[in-house]
Amino acid sequence: MPPTELHLRFQGVSKAFGAVRALEDVTFGVRAGSVHALLGENGAGKSTLLKVLSGAHVPSHGALVLGGAQRSFASPAEAFAAGIAVIYQELQLVPEMTVAENVFLGHMPARFGLIDRAELHRQARTLLERVAPEIEPARRVASLSLGERQMVEIAKALSRGARVIAFDEPTSSLSARETDRLFTVIRALRDDGCCVLYVTHRLDEVFALCDAATVLRDGRHVKSHASLAGVSRDEIVRAMVGRELTDVYAWSARPRGALVLEVEGLAGPGLAAPITLAVARGEIVGVFGLVGAGRTELLRVLFGAARRTAGRVRVAGRELDVRSPRDAIAAGVALCPEDRRKEGIFPLLSVLENLNVSARHVHARSCGVLDGRWERENARAQTERLAIKAASPAQPIATLSGGNQQKVVFGRWLAGTLEVLLLDEPTRGVDVGARSEIYAILYELARRGVGVLLVSSDLPEVLGVSDRVLVMRRGALSGELARAEATQERVLELALPRAAEGAGR
Amino acid sequence: MRTRAARMELLQRAGMLLVFALLALACSLFVPSFASSDNLEALLLSVSTVGFVACTMLFCLASGNFDLSVGSIVACAGVVGAVVMRDTGSTALGVLAALAVGLTAGLVNGWVVAFARINPLITTLATMQIVRGAAYIANDGKSVAIGAPGFDALGSERLLGFPLPVWMCAFAMVAFGFVLARTTFGRSTLAIGGNLEAARLAGIRVERIQLAIFGLQGLVCAFTGLVLASRMTSGQPMSSQGLELEVISACVLGGVSLSGGVGSMLAVVAGVLILGTVQNAMSLLNVDSFWQYVARGSILLAAVLFDRWRTRA
Repeated sequence: MPPTELHLRFQGVSKAFGAVRALEDVTFGVRAGSVHALLGENGAGKSTLLKVLSGAHVPSHGALVLGGAQRSFASPAEAFAAGIAVIYQELQLVPEMTVAENVFLGHMPARFGLIDRAELHRQARTLLERVAPEIEPARRVASLSLGERQMVEIAKALSRGARVIAFDEPTSSLSARETDRLFTVIRALRDDGCCVLYVTHRLDEVFALCDAATVLRDGRHVKSHASLAGVSRDEIVRAMVGRELTDVYAWSARPRGALVLEVEGLAGPGLAAPITLAVARGEIVGVFGLVGAGRTELLRVLFGAARRTAGRVRVAGRELDVRSPRDAIAAGVALCPEDRRKEGIFPLLSVLENLNVSARHVHARSCGVLDGRWERENARAQTERLAIKAASPAQPIATLSGGNQQKVVFGRWLAGTLEVLLLDEPTRGVDVGARSEIYAILYELARRGVGVLLVSSDLPEVLGVSDRVLVMRRGALSGELARAEATQERVLELALPRAAEGAGR
Repeated sequence: MRTRAARMELLQRAGMLLVFALLALACSLFVPSFASSDNLEALLLSVSTVGFVACTMLFCLASGNFDLSVGSIVACAGVVGAVVMRDTGSTALGVLAALAVGLTAGLVNGWVVAFARINPLITTLATMQIVRGAAYIANDGKSVAIGAPGFDALGSERLLGFPLPVWMCAFAMVAFGFVLARTTFGRSTLAIGGNLEAARLAGIRVERIQLAIFGLQGLVCAFTGLVLASRMTSGQPMSSQGLELEVISACVLGGVSLSGGVGSMLAVVAGVLILGTVQNAMSLLNVDSFWQYVARGSILLAAVLFDRWRTRA
C-alpha cells in the first residue's frame, strides 16, 4: 500500500508581504502516494503556501524539500519543470484552443517549429485515457463543462510529468456527479504514487478522500495528522478556528408572517417549465439542484437581471413588473450573486463605496450630490452590524477575506427597505467562522420579516439553514420538502436526473 | 496606521502634481523665457484645449470606455458653428448648431456602445472618421471665416489677467472633478468601470450612465470647438487632428487607468499640465518638431512603466 517515503516537505517556510506575515515557519511533510488535505479558514495561509509551492511566491525564509533535495523556485515555470502542478479554482486554460493544444500548452510536439497535429492528438489522447477517455482532443475547451475542464487541467499537469499535484478547492463549482468523478481520478493519481495536496473547506471531502491532513491557522502550522483514522470532524474544526464551535448552522424555529414573495408561472431563459413558489415573511427557503438545474437562472429572472417571458411576481402583495435590477431593488428585492468577484464586488473601490452603491441615490441631495455624512454613517453602521473586519472604510475591498467581502455585499442591501433577499451561493469560498456569522445575519433578517430564498450547491448548508427546501432539476421545480422531511437522500433523489430522461446536461 | 494610509493616499494622488511642480521649477531655471508672463499665458491657453476635453475623457476612461472621436467632433462643431453664423448672421444660432452637432455625435457613440454593446474603440474609430468627413463636407473642405458679432470674445476676452478659455477650463475641471468625486453619477461611473456586471446587479442604470457620459463628452468637445474657432476666428475642418491621442495620453500620464475604475481629476490636471509644459519647453528650446513626437511618446511610456513599477513594489 502507500509508500511511507516523504516526497515533499515544507521546511520552516515563512512569507511576509510588507508588515503582513502570511506564513510563519510552516513545517510539514507530504508522503508520495497519498492525498494530503490542507485545511484552514480564509486567510490561514493556504493560498500563499500553494503559491510558494508553485513558484509564484519566493519564501522569505525556509525552503521546499522535494525528493530529498532542497529546492527553491524563482518562477512557476521552474516549479512546473520540477514536476509540481497547482490547479487553481480559476482554471488556467485557453477557452478558444482545443483540448490537445491546452494539454500541451508551451511544449507542443513540433518539427522544425511546425506543430505535428497528429502527434499532438495522439499524445493528448494517451494522457486523457488516464483521466477522462471520453473527451475528444480536438474539441474546443470552451465547449466543455467545468468538470471536464478540470480533467483537461489534470491531463496538462500529467503532460509535464507532474509528481506533485495540488488542488485549490476543486469542487466548489462541480456537481455531485462531477465531484465523484474527480475523486476517482485523484485516487488513481495517488495509486500511481503522486503526491496530492488538496485544499478545501468541505470537511466531508476530507474524510471521503484524504489520507492525511494539515491544518493552518493565521499563517502558522497548527497540526498534521499522518492518518485520519480516529480523527473526528470536531477535532479538525477546533484546530481550524482555534475555539469551540458548536453547530455551524445554529438553526431555530421562527415565527412566520404573511406571504412576501409570490411567484406564479414564471418563465425565462434557462427555465424549462413555469415556476410557481411562495415565501413567507420570516421564512428561509433553500433551493437545491445540480449545476445547470436552473437555480441561478431563477434568481436572475426574479431580480430582473434576465428577461422574464411569462408569469407574475408579487412582492409584499404588490404586483412587480421588473425590467431591470433597479426595479427589483426599488420593490425591496435584493440579490447577492453567485460569483462574488465577477458580479458582486467592485474590487478597485473601497469598502465604503461597495457598501453604499445601492442605496446612496435615495439619500443623495438634489442633482445627485452625495450626502457625505450619510455615506460615512451608513458605512460605519453596516461595518459594525455585520462585524466586517476592515482597517478603515477606505480600505480597498479586494484586500478583505472572502467572508468579509461577502458581508459587504450583504451590507449593501441593509440600508434600504428589504422585503425579499435572494442569495446565490452565499458561503462559497467563505471559511467556517465567517459562515456561521453569515447564517446568524440571515436568521436575524428573517426574524425582522424578510423572506429569504437561498440557492446553494452545498447540500448540508441547504438542509442546515432552510425552513423549507425546494429542489430543481433541468430548469424546473422537481419537489418541495419541509425541514423535517428534508434528508440528504430525499433531496438528491429529487435533484438527480431520472434514468428515463437520459444522461448529460 | 490610518494616518499613514491616508498620507500614502495623499502622496499617491498628489504624486504627479509633484512631478509637475519639479518640472515647472526646472523649466523656469533652465529654459530661457519659460517663466515670462507671456509664455505662461501661452502655455495655459494651449493647455486649455486638451484640458477641456480631458474633463469628460476622464469619465469615459473611468467607466472603462474610450473615445477616439473627440478631435473630429471639435473640428466639426467649429466648422458647423462657423457656417451657420456665416449664413444666418446669428452668433446664438451658430453656437446652438455646434453644440447640437457635438451632442448628437456623442449620443450616437453612447447609444452604440451602451445599448448595441459594440466595443467603444471600434465605435469611436468609426465615428471619428464619419465626423471628420462631415467637417470637410460642411464647407467643401475649406475653412470658414467668422465675422459674427461678439463671438470673438469667447476666445479672446480677458479676466483678471488671464484669457477667458483658461478660466473656463479651470472651472470645468473643478466642476467635473466635483461630479466625479461627490455625486451618484460620478461614483456610478467608477463602479461601472470597476465591474460592469456588479454595477448592473447593484441597481446602477449602466446603459443610461454610459449614454450620458458620451453625450457629455460630445457637448464638451463641441464647446471646445467653439472656443478654438473663436480664437482662430474661423472654423477649420482639418484642425485638432490627433487631439484624441493627446487627451488620452494626458489622462494616462496623470494616472487614470485605461482599464477603467480608477481616476481622479487631480490626475488629469497633472497629466495635462506635464504634457503641456514639456511641449512648451521643447518649442522654446527649438527642438525639432519631429523629435517632439519622439519625446512625447517616450514620456508617456516612461510614465506608465513607472506607474506599473510603483504599484507592484
